[in-house]
Amino acid sequence: MATATTVSRALPSLPSDWSAEKDFKPVGSITASTQRTIEPVGPHFLAHARRARHKRTFSEDDRIQAQERAQKIEKDEESEESEPEDPMMLQREAKDWKSQDHYQVLGLSKYRWKATEDQIKRAHRKKVLKHHPDKKAAQGSTEDDNFFKCIQKATEVLLDPVKRRQFDSVDEKADVDPPTKKEAAKGNYYKLWSRVFKSEARFSKQQPVPLFGDEKSTKEEVDGFYNFWYNFDSWRSFEYLDEDVPDDNENRDQKRHMERKNANARKKKKAEDNTRLRKMLDECSTGDERIKRFRQEANAAKNKKKFEKEAAEKKAKEEARLKKEAEEKAAKEAEEKAKTDREASKKAKEAAKNALKKNKRVLRGSVKDANYFAGGDASPAQIDAVLNDVELVQGKIDADEVAALASKLNGLTVADEIKGVWSSEVKRLVDAGKLKEGEAKNLA
Amino acid sequence: MAEKGAGVAPGDRCAIGISFGNSYSSIACTIDDSPVVIANEDGDRQIPTLLSYVDGEEYTGNQAKALLVRNPKNTVVAFKDFLGQDFKSIDPTHCHAASHPEDKNGSICFTIQDKPEGEASTVTVSEISTRYLRRLVQSASDYIGKTVTSAVVAVPTNFGEKQREALIKAAQEADLEVLQLINEPIASVLAYDARPEATLEDKIIVVADLGGTRSDVAVVASRGGLYTLLATAHDYEYAGAQLDKVLMDHFAKEFMKKNANVDPRENARSLAKLKAESEATKKALSIGTNANFSVESLAEGIDFQMTINRLRYETIARKVFEGFNRLVEGVIKKARLDVLDIDEVILSGGTSHTPRIASNLRSIFPATTTVLAPSTSPSALNPSELQARGAALQASLIQEYESEDIDQSTHPAVTTVKHISNAIGVLTLSEDGETFTPVIAPETAVPARRTIHVDAPKEGGTGAQAQGERVEGG
Ligand SMILES: Nc1ncnc2c1ncn2[C@@H]1O[C@H](COP(=O)(O)OP(=O)(O)OP(=O)(O)O)[C@@H](O)[C@H]1O
Ligand SMILES: [Mg+2]
Repeated sequence: MATATTVSRALPSLPSDWSAEKDFKPVGSITASTQRTIEPVGPHFLAHARRARHKRTFSEDDRIQAQERAQKIEKDEESEESEPEDPMMLQREAKDWKSQDHYQVLGLSKYRWKATEDQIKRAHRKKVLKHHPDKKAAQGSTEDDNFFKCIQKATEVLLDPVKRRQFDSVDEKADVDPPTKKEAAKGNYYKLWSRVFKSEARFSKQQPVPLFGDEKSTKEEVDGFYNFWYNFDSWRSFEYLDEDVPDDNENRDQKRHMERKNANARKKKKAEDNTRLRKMLDECSTGDERIKRFRQEANAAKNKKKFEKEAAEKKAKEEARLKKEAEEKAAKEAEEKAKTDREASKKAKEAAKNALKKNKRVLRGSVKDANYFAGGDASPAQIDAVLNDVELVQGKIDADEVAALASKLNGLTVADEIKGVWSSEVKRLVDAGKLKEGEAKNLA
Repeated sequence: MAEKGAGVAPGDRCAIGISFGNSYSSIACTIDDSPVVIANEDGDRQIPTLLSYVDGEEYTGNQAKALLVRNPKNTVVAFKDFLGQDFKSIDPTHCHAASHPEDKNGSICFTIQDKPEGEASTVTVSEISTRYLRRLVQSASDYIGKTVTSAVVAVPTNFGEKQREALIKAAQEADLEVLQLINEPIASVLAYDARPEATLEDKIIVVADLGGTRSDVAVVASRGGLYTLLATAHDYEYAGAQLDKVLMDHFAKEFMKKNANVDPRENARSLAKLKAESEATKKALSIGTNANFSVESLAEGIDFQMTINRLRYETIARKVFEGFNRLVEGVIKKARLDVLDIDEVILSGGTSHTPRIASNLRSIFPATTTVLAPSTSPSALNPSELQARGAALQASLIQEYESEDIDQSTHPAVTTVKHISNAIGVLTLSEDGETFTPVIAPETAVPARRTIHVDAPKEGGTGAQAQGERVEGG
């Protein structure tokens, strides 16, 4: 090309270990190419031909081979098969076009509503070539041109999308009858009904139409199918079967009457068609083993669920009971333990109290044993002062110290020894700051 | 391919392009490499493809067409497609109101009184074509001032091998060397691509050739100036003659409203007048929004005149117009493409002048598709001239070559080439990661060369090169 495209986006970075020559990295593979014929026209073709030939001359063989390879663009009309023409059909009168089978006239009986516009055009052309009255006249035949007119009429109808729909709406030959119960029972149920619905589907405004499926279809597919068909939106209409409305202006009342009659007839036929489809669906679904199976499966599933639910409930209840029992037991045990603890501590407290009382008695007894540290008879004031100091010391120390002190005093009878114990205790307490200097001086 | 005889020495050649239709033909030459469509002695550039004989005198073009009214039996029309065919495969429809084709030992001929006196002659379609081509060549020679010796002729894509041979032979009989037969849609593409302002781009083109007796549509891949047909469709129902018929029926009914029980379609002469004026009215409606239909003594001596507006015409012709849309949509589908894939639509053929047909087609394509028709694009060429222009351009390109050389270069060993099925390109960076940028479009003939400039990445890419895989050619 003369000019190069410029792309402003950058290329992706190369991997760091990329080395130019060996690391050619194709992003995707290239799909097989097609042999086609380039048109030998224009300045660029001249250049191509020069390159391709290099002054070479091709043999006839080269030519034939190349030609055979090239993909054909133009379709070979000759190769199309043609439907035999029914002699009765060739006798038809064009004025009876309403009752003619347009597809048969064009040799498209096999295709009917499935025929593409292209097929119709080709078929028409083929028939024109064969039946054109001018050709027949030129060949000395004096046949009338009735069948040719039939061909023209058929084409007019089939190439007009509106008219074609009207005709297709009433083209009974495209209908597939629903199978009888007997036929369906022979094991071809899915195949036979599939055909019915495939043909019926041609009337659907919505395309594509869900398929009937077979015994392997899932519940969703089957449900989808019946839902679709029970809500079928059809373009089928029945004006093709209208009775002729007089074309003249003379009989206006008659004309209006006919039009009304036709409108009613269409409505009635449409309603009948809807009923027909509904009935057919009912019949089909009644015999549909899949629906039965799905129902059974659904029931089984439901039962299973129910069973599972009950079991779960039972289990939950049992668990709740066990839990409650465990809780009660734990509470009771805790209570008992608390009670024994309480009693034990009460006893211990009492023991401690008793011990303290006893120890205090020892303390008091020790000073009494030491005669209140008096030389002769202790005066009441002396007794009082010593006992007050004992009281003071006792107040400064806890039960354990009382016990320790008591154990030191226990068994002592000698006044000095007793005094020694007391004075060291007072000293300890003064050192510990629990007693002030000079306090409990009677014991020091 | 057919024998072309010795051919004319390149130095002695004077070559033109010919569009040879069933309804109209055109001739063109190139002056300083640009194509010029030549008017005949009547001043017509669209020359009706007819021959008519009165008292041994031969008439052609519009003069012959006018004779359809009083001399239909000795007037030959719509014969081009019959060339090289046997009687059983022709459609005589368009000859109904003129000389009828006959079967003579399998070949097609017409019985006409082409001499002043004596018995009528039986003339083969090949001879008729020779006579008509001779008249075209004469007109061209008169215009150029030199005897035209050679031509490139545009033919429909489905013109069979036998038809091509028959055409070459008929031309030879008229002392005209056929340098090459080229496909009509390609001629139209070339006419557009050869304009000085055209740029060479890879594109997919739909060429809709809407003629008088047939409509042909083609999908063409244009790759580096090489053209490949991807699909074609042909229609013999919806074309210009069908539009004439719509108007004929319309005017006949209007006439009958005033003259009950006089149907101008039931008398051959009235029918011929009705047809001629309907076609003229139709053409006028392509330019104006109103047109006059006026015929003296249309039937039983009664004059008839009325006007029709374009809207009315478009309403009664709607079915035919819709047929064109479906034909175009169909061929795109046949090529396995979508309307979104089409870059350009070229409307060619006389019927393409119709504004509504162009706007209908415009409506099925996205705005990015160029629709080349007089009413949709100011830069459009005359659709009636495209094929003759293209043929003339091709003639000027190849006239300097020996005919043996041309033959060798156009045969399948050269033209049958592998075409890639999918695009080949490079990955480039964009906001959303890596983006594929096609370098070589699908349906490109290989080997092919395309250049693309891509920025190098910011890091890690010194001297990065993107390279497509090589596909071996033919
Ligand atoms: N300006 C116009 N507006 C509308 N239709 C036109 C116009 N000019 C020509 N036509 C119609 O175009 C048709 C002729 O088309 P064209 O010149 O392409 O003929 P052709 O290639 O010989 O056709 P074919 O081979 O299909 O018979 C005729 O039906 C003619 O009436
Ligand atoms: Mg044409």
